[in-house]
Amino acid sequence: MKNRTALSAPYSVWMILFIVVPLLIVVYYALTGPDGSFTWDNMRGLSHYTDTILRSVYYGMLATAICLVVSYPLAYFFTKTKASTQGILVMLIMIPMWMNFILRTYSIMVLFEDTGIINNMLRGMGLDPVHMINTSGAVIFGMVYNYVPFMVLPLYTSLSKLDYKYVEAGRDLGANGFQIFKDVMLPMTKSGIISGITMVFVPSVSTFYISQKLGGGGYTLIGDVIELQFQTAYNYHLGASISLLLMVLILICLAIMNRFGGSEDGEMVI
Amino acid sequence: MKDNVIITLKDISVAFNGQQILKNLNLQIKDGEFVTILGPSGCGKTTTLRIIAGFQEPDSGTVLFGDKVMNSVPAHKRKVNTIFQRYALFPHLNVYDNIAFGLRVQKKKEREIKPIVNRMLDLVDLKGFERRTIDSLSGGQQQRVAIARALAVDPKVLLLDEPLSALDLKLRKDMQKELKEIQQSLGITFIFVTHDQEEALSMSDKVVVMDSGEIQQIGTPIDIYNEPVNAFVADFIGESNILDSIMVRDRLVRIDGKDFPCVDTGFGENKPVDVVIRPEDIIVVPPEEGILTGKVTMVTFKGVHFEIIVDVDGFKWMIQSTEQSFVGDIIGLTVDPDNIQIMKKSKYSDLYGDYSSFSNEMDYISDASVDLTEMEEEDDKGGVL
Repeated sequence: MKNRTALSAPYSVWMILFIVVPLLIVVYYALTGPDGSFTWDNMRGLSHYTDTILRSVYYGMLATAICLVVSYPLAYFFTKTKASTQGILVMLIMIPMWMNFILRTYSIMVLFEDTGIINNMLRGMGLDPVHMINTSGAVIFGMVYNYVPFMVLPLYTSLSKLDYKYVEAGRDLGANGFQIFKDVMLPMTKSGIISGITMVFVPSVSTFYISQKLGGGGYTLIGDVIELQFQTAYNYHLGASISLLLMVLILICLAIMNRFGGSEDGEMVI
Repeated sequence: MKDNVIITLKDISVAFNGQQILKNLNLQIKDGEFVTILGPSGCGKTTTLRIIAGFQEPDSGTVLFGDKVMNSVPAHKRKVNTIFQRYALFPHLNVYDNIAFGLRVQKKKEREIKPIVNRMLDLVDLKGFERRTIDSLSGGQQQRVAIARALAVDPKVLLLDEPLSALDLKLRKDMQKELKEIQQSLGITFIFVTHDQEEALSMSDKVVVMDSGEIQQIGTPIDIYNEPVNAFVADFIGESNILDSIMVRDRLVRIDGKDFPCVDTGFGENKPVDVVIRPEDIIVVPPEEGILTGKVTMVTFKGVHFEIIVDVDGFKWMIQSTEQSFVGDIIGLTVDPDNIQIMKKSKYSDLYGDYSSFSNEMDYISDASVDLTEMEEEDDKGGVL
């Protein structure tokens, strides 16, 4: 017993130093003023950011929903291919992740600009250019593009574990294609869906940089505000209080989702 | 109603990856029958079932329900239901919801569903298990839920794919009886796939014996047992001594160089045939009264009878007798004429034979054309005659 405690010591130290202590520091900054005394001012100041917060949650949800709708058929298609092909497909999904996040976002910008690659091609074909950059659509596209692998992978895992005999059993009992999807496949891949949603929603809500580069500053998200407070305004206290609020919001969202998700299998990431 | 053919398979052939699974299979199933498809693994029996269920389309041939061609009708539009080998109960649904699945798919009202599910729970003796999860059930209980789930949608035909293979012996026996009772009380057709010959014999109205994608024999359990058409069927169903023999003329067969009166006719004169004699049909008599004589090499007590292995000129016979013999005894054997079953030669003829897997005796005995009397004179150690 003693040995086991000793083994876990490095992790405990790590977690205290780099998780618990920073959290406490965030809470401390959120609840103090520049002079170090306790105050609710930072928290009251949050009301200025209601729009930004709502937009962040809304965009995050939208991006997550799009990821889910796109990824489910894709992951299902993966499981229907040969085992060797599946490995290659999963790898192809992973490869963009090996590239830097900022670089990926920047490359979308180059594609979407009014004089960017897509519009130049449209012009070349004699078509009217489409204004894409600096729109909310571009921001959401950026989120989807960046986070879609996090949705595909858990769905793929879940779907490949789904035994085809259940689909046959459903068919046998008279279920048509849609009913099989709704009553057999969806509930049986629930854990993958919840993992995917969590892994896309959390980073989408708190993301920064994407909206700066693809939204042209017109669609500021909460992550950008936090960055601004720490990097430009040097108001650590406000930054910390926004972070705290974001954390609470995410926790609430996940709690709601896990309630729907049930708890019979421990495959969920969070 | 009873003699209505409800399912017809006509010249069905299926191949997977160039391997022929079913070859020109023809089968008719009548309304209300309990039909068992029996065969070793890989014989195509499950594929046959999947073709009826609609999970597999035949490469050629016709599937008829009544007189309606069903070849391309998908599984969910067929009035047949399957009980899968490992049940395939939905793990995310409880017992009640599993049984209700097929009814909900039909968009029935909950107040219509409830009495049906309750009736099914009653039928399979699982009252009070409604809210239980599938994981919490034993194998036998899961089996019952699978039966209830399939019967809830009121199928005309129930397909059972080795449904009892996952159960232990005692439970299997109970479920055999129960399934038979359910089938009789509901009067629906059961098509039951198994590799267990005893299961097939005890439950079925009709047994279809299959091997390597072909039907070997169709008949009642008694026909199949007493009058197997070839060495495969004889060997697969029950214990049997299969002997390479010569049909001397009608009603006379030469086994091991000795003439036995029998009841079969129409095989021609001096034609090579296979003969099946069941171990329980052999009568043990004093050596001087036997048509054949042999030396006992092994005796096993089986409870109701003794299983005796007798070496007759190198061919090991199995005898089941209530009278004990002892290893080394010389005994005589006779067989009643109507217990000798004559079969035409088939591709299986040389594959099955005697009980000499432990014997180091010579192979000449399987060749009936060799005159054994010559050899017997040389072989005095064997104590034959």
